[in-house]
Amino acid sequence: MAYNCVVLIKQVPDTKRITGQAMNEDGTVNRAALPAIFNPEDLNALEMALQIKDTCGGKVTAVAMGLPAASDVLREALFRGADDAVLVTDRRCAASDTLATSYILSCAVKKLKADIVLCGRQAIDGDTAQVGPQLAEKLGITQITYVEEIKELKDDEISVKRNTGNGWQQVKTKLPVLLTVIDEANTPRVAGAKMLMKNKKARTPAELEGDAGKIKELEQKGLLIKQWDLDFLEADMQWCGRDGSPTKVHRIQSVVLAAKGTKQIEATQDGLNDMIHELIVDHTIG
Amino acid sequence: MIKVNKKGEVWVFAEQHRGKLEDTSLELLSRGSILAKQLGVKFAAVLLGDNNVKPLCDKLIHFGADKVYLAQHPLLEHYQTNSYNKVIYDLIHKYEPQIVLFGATPTGRDLAPRLASAVKAGLTADCTDLQIGSHEIKKTGEKYDNLLMQIRPAFGGNIIATIINYDRWPQMATVREGVMPMPEANGTRKGEIINETVHINQLDLPIEIIAEHIQAKKVNLKASRVIVAGGAGVGSKDNFKLVYDLANCLGGAPGATRAAVDLGFIDRDHQIGQTGTTVRPSLYIAVGISGAIQHQSGMSDSQKIIAINNDPDAPIFNVAHYKIVGDLNAIIPMMIKAIKEKV
Ligand SMILES: Cc1cc2nc3c(=O)[nH]c(=O)nc-3n(C[C@H](O)[C@H](O)[C@H](O)COP(=O)(O)OP(=O)(O)OC[C@H]3O[C@@H](n4cnc5c(N)ncnc54)[C@H](O)[C@@H]3O)c2cc1C
Ligand SMILES: Nc1ncnc2c1ncn2[C@@H]1O[C@H](COP(=O)(O)O)[C@@H](O)[C@H]1O
Repeated sequence: MAYNCVVLIKQVPDTKRITGQAMNEDGTVNRAALPAIFNPEDLNALEMALQIKDTCGGKVTAVAMGLPAASDVLREALFRGADDAVLVTDRRCAASDTLATSYILSCAVKKLKADIVLCGRQAIDGDTAQVGPQLAEKLGITQITYVEEIKELKDDEISVKRNTGNGWQQVKTKLPVLLTVIDEANTPRVAGAKMLMKNKKARTPAELEGDAGKIKELEQKGLLIKQWDLDFLEADMQWCGRDGSPTKVHRIQSVVLAAKGTKQIEATQDGLNDMIHELIVDHTIG
Repeated sequence: MIKVNKKGEVWVFAEQHRGKLEDTSLELLSRGSILAKQLGVKFAAVLLGDNNVKPLCDKLIHFGADKVYLAQHPLLEHYQTNSYNKVIYDLIHKYEPQIVLFGATPTGRDLAPRLASAVKAGLTADCTDLQIGSHEIKKTGEKYDNLLMQIRPAFGGNIIATIINYDRWPQMATVREGVMPMPEANGTRKGEIINETVHINQLDLPIEIIAEHIQAKKVNLKASRVIVAGGAGVGSKDNFKLVYDLANCLGGAPGATRAAVDLGFIDRDHQIGQTGTTVRPSLYIAVGISGAIQHQSGMSDSQKIIAINNDPDAPIFNVAHYKIVGDLNAIIPMMIKAIKEKV
């Protein structure tokens, strides 16, 4: 049986490479100074979907919600083997927290009629791991979090191994299902040369800045990446953007590394003896 | 959607597996009871399980709960997202608590978002601190008092964000394991146990658990007074022996950075930091660790920190009380010698 898989992918700032310039004076993050990347665990989710397609047949659609720049990760998904890509973008999505994000994504996924929805466990910018379970709730389907391996997929039944933090569990359920995938699950394939050549020129309408001629041309070549806004999704505005987001930011502080009155110890036997002596005297050890 | 109400209680989800309460739930009881006191409301634990979990109620009360809402049903024996979600969803709508807290355990992080989505409430993941405070919207001058300040690192630990929700309740948060101190039990504390009738059936269990394997953690970092943690600078799995030796002679536990784990020097159970365990020992010795923010966020609350690194500018020295610049291969043996002679 062939399966219709939808993978949710997010473009995130590379938080591993945050340097001084990436922080504004007021403690907020200067996103412009950070390279934007494909959220790492979403690559594992994509790989899992591609493996399902390889063994069972079917289709893989990648969906990203974000600014037009997120078209980059959608193209990357196409290079790696996704059949279709959708950018959900709309100024009214701004300031969405995970609840609003999952609502908006649910409107998009409903249009795609997925058998299996795959998310990364968590995105490295917010590290919340909330969007997957919230999306499953909004779709009214079963969720399985921390998936490490698909053990069996047959007809409308799936059996997976999930990491429970202190071991593992093998569970079985009926489709449709939403899986959140962890980085131990697989090694994502790299872009294939053929897919790269084929999709190199794929663009979203937003990237073409509304140039109707260009849009038409790419559409005819099958290179127009789908772009959906909230009107197209028939989203209820009360659940989107700032209005749909119960959580608000009260304050942001950049992490100031507390200077602790560091004492330098000579790397000699005497220096170390003195330090150990001090630690015994103040009852830290002994 | 639940409206803001100042009389709502403070709740903690008392996570149990096979009749054993999770440490994180107990850690949350101390902070939860403080928050409830500040707000002048009752503090309750919510306990779900099969018909054998009742004895845990006393423990929850001894650790700080005024009340326990007890939901027992044979189908609640094993945690499942949908069944647990449904029972707590009903309880939240029945009692309208103002705050509901969960441990950021794998179970808490599976359940809380599903529940928050169903209740249409805000949820903040992985908090490292919770306080009561007020918020003012500068533009309008509107002021909200007695809100839950949900404090958490974000952007890979580079910023600390304080999140609030003031227009819809409950205020929900998951709290990281190990960031709140474990309270002392008080065996004389009394509280109320409220038995709840549970309405679930087989349809609320869409998942079948086929097999399960529990691996005891290889190390209990949170309980260790002394931790000696090694990083990529230790160089090899063999050389990690130095870390074990130093830990052993101090009666401590070996820890590691993610880089050391990824390099295969030591098992993942030993990882300290944002994606590992959060620790606050009396003494933390960091050897061959650069001090990335993701590592620091899991250890910077240690009472005393010794850092050994051959790079005098390594960021780990910013949080160290004792700075030792040099080659760990020479320094650790000298340190062991010093300890053996003195202790
Ligand atoms: C989302 C995310 C989550 C993360 N979570 C964690 C986490 O939970 N925990 C964690 O630790 N990391 C985490 N990291 C990784 C983190 O960013 C760092 O990469 C990691 O902590 C670096 O480990 P290290 O200090 O061992 O290695 P390095 O940065 O390579 O540092 C090695 C140090 O050893 C010193 N050294 C080398 N040789 C010697 C010698 N002979 N004697 C003395 N010193 C020597 C070097 O000067 C250097 O400072 C995370 C990263 C991301 C993006
Ligand atoms: N804006 C988004 N667009 C597409 N997918 C998303 C978005 N935000 C979150 N996700 C998905 O939800 C997962 C968890 O994200 P988070 O809750 O932000 O940690 C990610 O790994 C993605 O699969």
